[in-house]
Formats: sequence, structure tokens, C-alpha cells
Amino acid sequence: MSKMHVKLKVNGDEVEGLAEPRTLLIHFLRENLKVTGPHVGCETSHCGACTVDMDGKSVKSCTVFVAQAQGADVTTVEGLVNPDGSLSVLQEMFREHHGLQCGFCTPGMITRAHRLLQENPTPTEEDVRFGMAGNLCRCTGYQNIVKAILAAAEINNAQKEAAE
Amino acid sequence: MIPAGFEYHRPTDMASAIGLLQAHGDEARVVAGGHSLIPMMKLRMASLSHLVDLQGIAELRGIELGADVIRIGAMTTQNELITHEGLAQAVPILREAALQIADPQVRYVGTIGGNVANGDPGNDMPGLMQCLDASYEVVGPDGTRTIAAREFYDSAYFTARSDEEILTRITLPCPAAGTGYAYEKQKRKIGDYATAAAAVLFGPGGASIAMTNLADTPVWSAEAGAALAAGDTEGAVSAALAAIDPQEDMRGPIEFKKHVAGVVLRRAIDRALSRAAG
Ligand SMILES: Cc1cc2nc3c(=O)[nH]c(=O)nc-3n(C[C@H](O)[C@H](O)[C@H](O)COP(=O)(O)OP(=O)(O)OC[C@H]3O[C@@H](n4cnc5c(N)ncnc54)[C@H](O)[C@@H]3O)c2cc1C
Ligand code: FES
Ligand code: FES
Repeated sequence: MSKMHVKLKVNGDEVEGLAEPRTLLIHFLRENLKVTGPHVGCETSHCGACTVDMDGKSVKSCTVFVAQAQGADVTTVEGLVNPDGSLSVLQEMFREHHGLQCGFCTPGMITRAHRLLQENPTPTEEDVRFGMAGNLCRCTGYQNIVKAILAAAEINNAQKEAAE
Repeated sequence: MIPAGFEYHRPTDMASAIGLLQAHGDEARVVAGGHSLIPMMKLRMASLSHLVDLQGIAELRGIELGADVIRIGAMTTQNELITHEGLAQAVPILREAALQIADPQVRYVGTIGGNVANGDPGNDMPGLMQCLDASYEVVGPDGTRTIAAREFYDSAYFTARSDEEILTRITLPCPAAGTGYAYEKQKRKIGDYATAAAAVLFGPGGASIAMTNLADTPVWSAEAGAALAAGDTEGAVSAALAAIDPQEDMRGPIEFKKHVAGVVLRRAIDRALSRAAG
């Protein structure tokens, strides 16, 4: 099959490449673009390790063809850092609350949690657990992931209030 | 987990999309959210050489709330159904059911059109659409036709839609004010298809009962609905359970599924009755 000319935005930059339409977005990101934040956990749409933000939605990039992402705006965990390159509040809270052990699920967890907090800046613990249900972790038992996300929400809201 | 190669098309109007399906016959398939089709393509259980992406066709989107009917474009995602306040007011069972489908990531991209057109007995929307007495508008080379959800499903993956037709819109009659409702689903874990699920409506307009993943099509039972409308809960349960035909698979043996079907159905009926006004 012939390759197609793919153009999309990744972490704010316009990127292009040649790829077969059947190439999965996760493989295009990791192999063509060397954006290796999103991980391949299961490749069967179950684990969420490959989660990226695509046009404002949390999406499993192992279940999207690069052709479908033509023209899309994609953000990965790499794109969530502060403009000066330091860790975002959410990333920092994962570190502080031990929201990771082996770290394999973490890029997907953080990318998903980022969108969750954009949509619901004041989640309850229940909201966090329901909203993170598409991401599996084999190490932490989730407790600390939930704590990290709730702590990030609290800090974000305090900062917002202080700025007002 | 790499599917076979294909050529990709992204038409921006219905005429071009149907033209592509006509030109390539059964070598072509449409893709909506892709969250049923892509896993099947990866397993090489679906093979095609032309993939026609519907995302560029604006007329397949949108939710229209009328006084008596609601129209939902096929490309409306499950997440859009959940977050639409007017829709949740008018047909609350739709949000309740959509929240029990898959996980957040899948709901951002999975569409109602793909869910009902797929023909997988595990999909939750077909049973719900039968419960609500929805109808599907399909457009093909010979024009537009409307098919009742209750007439649409022939057997697993076989539906009344022909290969060259695209499902464009779903129309639902608004349930009468005061209608009680419930969607109950038993699943092994979040993100799993139903071991058994039941959709129940009970109100001034009558009662309706449908069940999911308990046969090779959704099961809507007219007798069960009539019994419930007449106040005969046990009659409704036995009529609905007489209509199912579950098969043994990794979700359990037949006896277990029948048991679970009874449990979810009774829960759904109780909840629908408790929510009905008056
Ligand atoms: C991990 C996981 C868990 C899931 N759990 C559930 C669950 O619990 N319940 C549930 O109901 N679903 C579940 N799903 C399926 C999910 O909801 C799908 O997204 C949905 O069934 C299909 O919608 P889609 O838009 O992704 O369709 P696609 O995958 O794009 O299409 C599915 C089929 O329908 C056809 N089609 C799509 N749109 C149209 C149209 N407009 N006209 C004609 N044909 C069309 C396609 O050609 C294809 O054959 C799950 C999926 C995953 C990956
Ligand atoms: S790698 Fe995509 S969901 Fe597991
Ligand atoms: S930290 Fe190891 S899988 Fe989550």
C-alpha cells in the first residue's frame, strides 16, 4: 500500500511524515517522530498507556489510524510541562504523592488526568476514579494516583483564586 | 497487532461517501470512531481495502431536540450524548446507559451510529434503541429509508442495512413526562461488555423492556412490556426471560447468564417503577 503524506500538530509543533494509512497513531508518534512519552501497553484498547490528547479528547492512540489523525492537534505527556520546561503541577503531584512506581502507565495517567481536570477542575474522589477508569496500573493500587490528581486540583484552584 | 493495508478516504459529503461504497463494493467499509472496527481489523477479523472515514461529513453530526422527537446524528459520540444537558433532561436513560459503556477514552470517540450499526450483540445502544422505539435513517444509492430499531437486527453482525448504505440519523420519540426509566448492566469490570443488561421504561405512555448480550440480537419483548404496563412485574420478568437465548462464553455458562439476566431485569424494573411519577 502506498504511503500518505501525514500532517498534524504534536505538542504545538506542525509535524509531517510519510506513513501507510494503517499505521497506528502510537507507532507514528514513537517511531516516526520519536515522541516516546505515550507507551504501548496492550495494543488492544484496554490499558490506556498510549493515551494522548487529541483535539481536546483523551484518546487511546493504539486505536487510531494515523490517517484519521490527519490535521489533528495532539498533545502527549511531553507537551504538558510548563513553558519553561519545569514539571506542571499535575506532574509534580504524581512525584510528590508517589503516583507511580515503575512509571509505565504514568504518561497515559497524566495525559488523561490533565483532560479530566480541564473538564472538571473540582472533582470528588469518585469523579477521579470514574474519570480514570480507562487507565490501568499494575503497581500502585491506584490510591496514590487518585491522591496526586486531587492534590493537583487543589493547588490549581488555589493558584487560580490567588490570581483573581 | 497491525491490520492489513488499505486505502484511506475522507469524503466531505454523503454523495461522495456513497459513491466510494458503490465503486468498491464489499472491499470498502465506513469508519466512525473506529473503536469496534479497528480492533477487528487488528485481529484480521475484518478485512477491507478501502476505508471511508465519516469524520469530515458535517451533516452526520448534531443533536436536535424537538417537542415530540429527538434526532441524533450518527457521528455523535457517546461523550457528546452524556454531556448534552437538554438530551439528559428529555431522555435521561440515554445518559445513564452511555455512562456504562466502555471507559472515558472510548466514549470520547465511539459514536452512537457506529454502536447501533455494528450489529455486535454486546453493544449497549441497540437494546436501548429498541426499548425507546427509535428508528434509523439510512441513505444509499437508491435514496433514504427509515428502519425501526426493532426491525433492524437479523443476527450477530447482520442488519437490515445494505453494504452501500450509511446510517445517518437516529430518531427517538420523547418519552412522556413522568416516565420512569433504568438501564442496569452487569459486567466483569469497567470497560467490559455486558454479561447481561436491561433497559426499562415505565410511564403514562406504557412500558417497554429490552435486554442486551443475551442472544445474537438485542431482545425486546412486547409481552414483557405489556405485562409491566398492566402492573404484573413477575409476568414481565418471565416473558422477558423466555425471550432470551444466551450462549456460553468467557462471561459464563448459560445458567449463570440466565440468573444474571433475571437479577439485572428485576433491578431495572424496580428502579424504573420508583422513578415513575405518581
Ligand atoms: C475497550 C473497549 C470497551 C468497549 N466497551 C463497550 C461496551 O461496554 N458497550 C458498548 O456498547 N460498546 C463498547 N465498546 C465499543 C465502542 O462503544 C464502539 O466505539 C462502538 O461500538 C462503535 O462505535 P464507533 O463509532 O467506534 O464505530 P466503528 O468502529 O467506526 O464502526 C463499527 C461498525 O459500524 C459501521 N459503521 C459505523 N458508523 C456507521 C454509519 N454511520 N453507517 C453505517 N455503518 C457504520 C462500521 O463500518 C463498522 O462495521 C468498547 C470498545 C472498546 C475498545
Ligand atoms: S496500548 Fe493502547 S490501550 Fe493499551
Ligand atoms: S506505576 Fe507501574 S504500571 Fe503504573
